[in-house]
Amino acid sequence: MDIYLPIAEVSLDIFVLLGLGAAVGFLSGVFGVGGGFLLTPLLIFIGVPPTVAVASSANQLVGASVSGVLAHWRRGNVDFKMGYVLLVGGLLGSLLGVWIFTLLKRLGQIELTISICYVLLLGGLGGLMMIESIRALFRLHRPGVSRRRLHQHTWMHGLPLKARFRRSRLYISALLPVGIGFVIGVLSAILGIGGGFIMVPAMIYMLGMPTSVVPGTSLLQIIFVAANVTVLQAYTNHTVDAVLALVLLVGGVVGARIGTRFGMRLRGEQLRLLLALIVVAVAAKLAFDMTVRPADLYSIASEKG
Amino acid sequence: MTARPGVSSDQLGSFAVLLVFSLLCWAPARAEELVADLTSHLIAITTGFTGASVVLFGAVDGPGDVIVAVRGPDREMTVRRKSRVAGIWVNTQEVTFANVPSFYAIAASRPMLDILSPAAAAFYRLGISNLKLAASTPAPSVVVDAFRTALERTQQQAGLFVERLGKVDFLGERLFRTTIMFPSNVPTGTYLVEVFLVRDKDVVSGQTTPLVVSKVGVDASVFDFATRQPGFYGAIAVLTAIVAGWLASLPFRGA
Repeated sequence: MDIYLPIAEVSLDIFVLLGLGAAVGFLSGVFGVGGGFLLTPLLIFIGVPPTVAVASSANQLVGASVSGVLAHWRRGNVDFKMGYVLLVGGLLGSLLGVWIFTLLKRLGQIELTISICYVLLLGGLGGLMMIESIRALFRLHRPGVSRRRLHQHTWMHGLPLKARFRRSRLYISALLPVGIGFVIGVLSAILGIGGGFIMVPAMIYMLGMPTSVVPGTSLLQIIFVAANVTVLQAYTNHTVDAVLALVLLVGGVVGARIGTRFGMRLRGEQLRLLLALIVVAVAAKLAFDMTVRPADLYSIASEKG
Repeated sequence: MTARPGVSSDQLGSFAVLLVFSLLCWAPARAEELVADLTSHLIAITTGFTGASVVLFGAVDGPGDVIVAVRGPDREMTVRRKSRVAGIWVNTQEVTFANVPSFYAIAASRPMLDILSPAAAAFYRLGISNLKLAASTPAPSVVVDAFRTALERTQQQAGLFVERLGKVDFLGERLFRTTIMFPSNVPTGTYLVEVFLVRDKDVVSGQTTPLVVSKVGVDASVFDFATRQPGFYGAIAVLTAIVAGWLASLPFRGA
């Protein structure tokens, strides 16, 4: 059954859209990543114009994240204080990011920049996560090894403005999450994503947050970043397709609920290894696409006249 | 192929109109060399829109061939070409065409080359290769030609440039009809349907009929709202998503 999307101006099979939403929602439920980095390319692949795909997935992320945060919150797995501190950095960063985006667009190399950013980020993060989680898995199988220290003390712990994050059982400088939020804000604006897949590893490895509170807290900040992107895109580019977002959302919330329960059954190390595998796979695919001769060397961009 | 009730009832209606029309034509209306009209002048895009077809019918005053061209509103299009830089495929060249028809379809009662001279086809801009596409980017003509070919090919693959969209069929010597098909990704706007009567390899008469492709109902309201009140629309889109997300989590409470 086809449904006509008023902003995208195409008809697409509603079941394909629902399925897509469910698959991405499942991932977001398990890992606490928004899934934008998968949803946007998939939407473009099935025929949604790229600009509409970016803006509408941001819109659907808002709803999916709300539902996810509520689920995690009921289990007490959201660190609101940490979320808000990250958000302050995130909003500042997205302002700079939008400015960089406009600059690159004028230079005509935004697509390439996006691809390279994705490959470097996903490849680097995914690789590190994979090594770490494989090590962790092996450690668990060896008996008699002492428990991991809570965290290691580095220069990061010497920063001023120390604050207590009770849920995360951390006493660290507030500058640290603000800085991480800032970097993610910049990247989100350039890549058009919520930033969950950068946020999750950063929370685990840089801040040292317990894995259980990471997905909920990450989703909390994604709500605001995605809402910000949606309003900005709707205002400047008229590219938010609310109908598309709603259909994706219906599939997404179902997937997210199943994903959250599935995630609870997995151990932290397994969860991280799985996420690492997905991230590395996406990076490999993007890197491969950049070096392979495209089927059509020419591409067309249409300006509405 | 799936059955589309909308199309079949449309066609049924068109037969009735055609019948009445043909009866009228038998009357001494000889002054006009070519008369043609569409079964509908509006293509309404609704939520279930999967493409549409419109029947064009008409009569000519004697033997000859008919060519029908459908042209959508012009748009500016940029064609980019990738080439390999340090192992990566990068957009390196681009050419912008100022006035590309967003939709172009042409049909004829016989193959175009058999009924129309190349000069006449070029003059009346009939056929995809005769479209006047002006490059607004300064570039050598060889380059522009290559980019133009790529543009034509891509638009054809998208079903937006169509040659022989369905043949023009003659019923007897004077009455003709053809079905114009529009894909689901048809651009909105005012279209021009041009009908030409061709004799001895030249156009002897022509007629132009407008056709409007427009969104109606809920989709039109959403689109209007999104363009007229963008900030408000964005806020509503976010709120809707928040409420939907919240509602979706309710039935699972206590799980």
